[in-house]
Amino acid sequence: MTLETMADGPEGAATLSGPGRSLTSSRGAKVDIAFRFALYASGILVLVVIGAIMVQLFFGGLPALLAFGFEFFTSTEWDPVSDQYGAGVMLYGTLVTSVLALLFSVPASLGIAFFLTEVAPIPTRKPIGIAVQLLAAVPSIIYGMWGFFVVAPIMKEYVQPILIDGLSWLPVIGYIFAGPAKGTGIFTTSLILALMILPFMTSMYVEVLESVPGVIKEASYGVGSTTWEVFTTVSVPYGRTAIIGATMLGLGRALGETMAVAFVVGNAARISTSIFASGATISSQLANNFNESLPGSLLQASLLELGFALFVISFLVLALARYLVRSRLQG
Amino acid sequence: MSRYKRRLFTDNLMQVVATGLAVIALALLAWILVTLFAKGFHSLSVNTFTQPMDAPAGSSGLANAIVGSLIMVALATVVAAPIGVMAGTYLSEIGGNTKLANSIRFINDVLLSAPSILIGLFVYNIAVKPFHGFSGIAGVMALGIVILPVVVRATEDMLRLVPGSLREAAFALGAPQWKVITDVMWRAARAGIVTGMLLALARAAGETAPLIFSSSGAQAWTFNLTKQMSNLPVTIYQYAQEPAQDKVDLAWAGALIITLGVLLLNISSRAVLAGTGRK
Repeated sequence: MTLETMADGPEGAATLSGPGRSLTSSRGAKVDIAFRFALYASGILVLVVIGAIMVQLFFGGLPALLAFGFEFFTSTEWDPVSDQYGAGVMLYGTLVTSVLALLFSVPASLGIAFFLTEVAPIPTRKPIGIAVQLLAAVPSIIYGMWGFFVVAPIMKEYVQPILIDGLSWLPVIGYIFAGPAKGTGIFTTSLILALMILPFMTSMYVEVLESVPGVIKEASYGVGSTTWEVFTTVSVPYGRTAIIGATMLGLGRALGETMAVAFVVGNAARISTSIFASGATISSQLANNFNESLPGSLLQASLLELGFALFVISFLVLALARYLVRSRLQG
Repeated sequence: MSRYKRRLFTDNLMQVVATGLAVIALALLAWILVTLFAKGFHSLSVNTFTQPMDAPAGSSGLANAIVGSLIMVALATVVAAPIGVMAGTYLSEIGGNTKLANSIRFINDVLLSAPSILIGLFVYNIAVKPFHGFSGIAGVMALGIVILPVVVRATEDMLRLVPGSLREAAFALGAPQWKVITDVMWRAARAGIVTGMLLALARAAGETAPLIFSSSGAQAWTFNLTKQMSNLPVTIYQYAQEPAQDKVDLAWAGALIITLGVLLLNISSRAVLAGTGRK
């Protein structure tokens, strides 16, 4: 009896005992096909989900785009009373808070990555790394509460008055640091965002820096470089592409972060030159206003269009980040 | 200062700065935890875990929100984790480097980092608006979409760590692919896959943004998945903005519960992985 007849024959025709029979029976072959199909379908589902998200946001926001045209993205007016909506304020708030957050967290993350890969005694590296990663596991709403109840009052009492007194008299730059000190606002939001993306970026940086071949680092030490020089002239340049990618991933997270921002950004639909002023981001605007909008209203369409804009921005940033990270870590 | 001394000085300075930054990061983590304990612990009581939010003032707790969260997170895991494991298995065992597999991988990474509030908007559009109301089912869908990409990624990564010789040995015995995958591959990668699920669960348990527009919240006990469903994150979000101090206190108590739960899940998932001797 050949394998083929065994596989094609009825159940009883396969005379091998034990698992061998079921392995080659026609039922086994059918199971195999069904199983592969289930795996395939699950994989496709991932594509379907993101496709559906994109389509829903696009068509959901279409009425707003039709009503206001592309001026929707530049207009700074957001007025539910006269039913006029523009994304300008939120786009500005989203970009400014995220870029400021990067400004704070990139040097800090690189520093901690330097500490974790070169400075810290080897037995302490793993526990500290894990502790830093636990920072990333804390839900964002906790950062929001902590930011609102603990950080914002400190900013209002101590940090912002000092910065305002010290810097607001300067020409031009002074506008950026103009008062009053409210505690909440763009600046505090950026700090909280920086803290939230810091652990994530740090662990990505560490991963990149650990992939630098020991030989080239040793070569640099061999010609007399200090630890810091090896880090800045060998390790970082070697992992440059992936480090930029990891930074973009951090930016992607900051752009879409919602709950923490909703607590501390101040939620004011206007643009101010001062970084201490209240503002709004796309996500905070959605969190605070969406449940008050009626299905089918222009307000809801505008909010969905905001969501679509956030989706497109995040998608582009994440796509670029992934391209940069993968090309280095796998290449 | 000589050039040599200056270089040494820079090196020492930067090492100190880097150490300082790490200390600050750890101190901030400690600060958050201390704040949570300081503000949340004293408002924890038996009532917190036994009484619903709409119980008479003074004795109200968070029991309905805790149970609602547990129900939704559990259901979301039950629905999304198997799909995630299968999709991850597809990527590792069947898809390989084909165009389709690479685009699924790419899309999954995007979904992994995509703003979770957009998931909330999406679920609102497909499951809340058509049925004219928030529902637990919508909440489960939203959390499921949060969980899915985490499990897909973990499964693929863990299956790739299984030595190829194990897979080949199973095939050489004549086992069909489904047997190789279920009996050999999944078994070998079990600890890693479970870790991925725990991490996904931890992430879903703390997610607030996807729930605001899907399940929303409720004051009373809720067991009907077709109605608004109470849950911990949305409760914290709403109560933290209340002027009444007892509600803010409850929000802190909820924040403490959720953070401890999430950190515990994270630490235990690491323990699961460490237990198998892999890093």
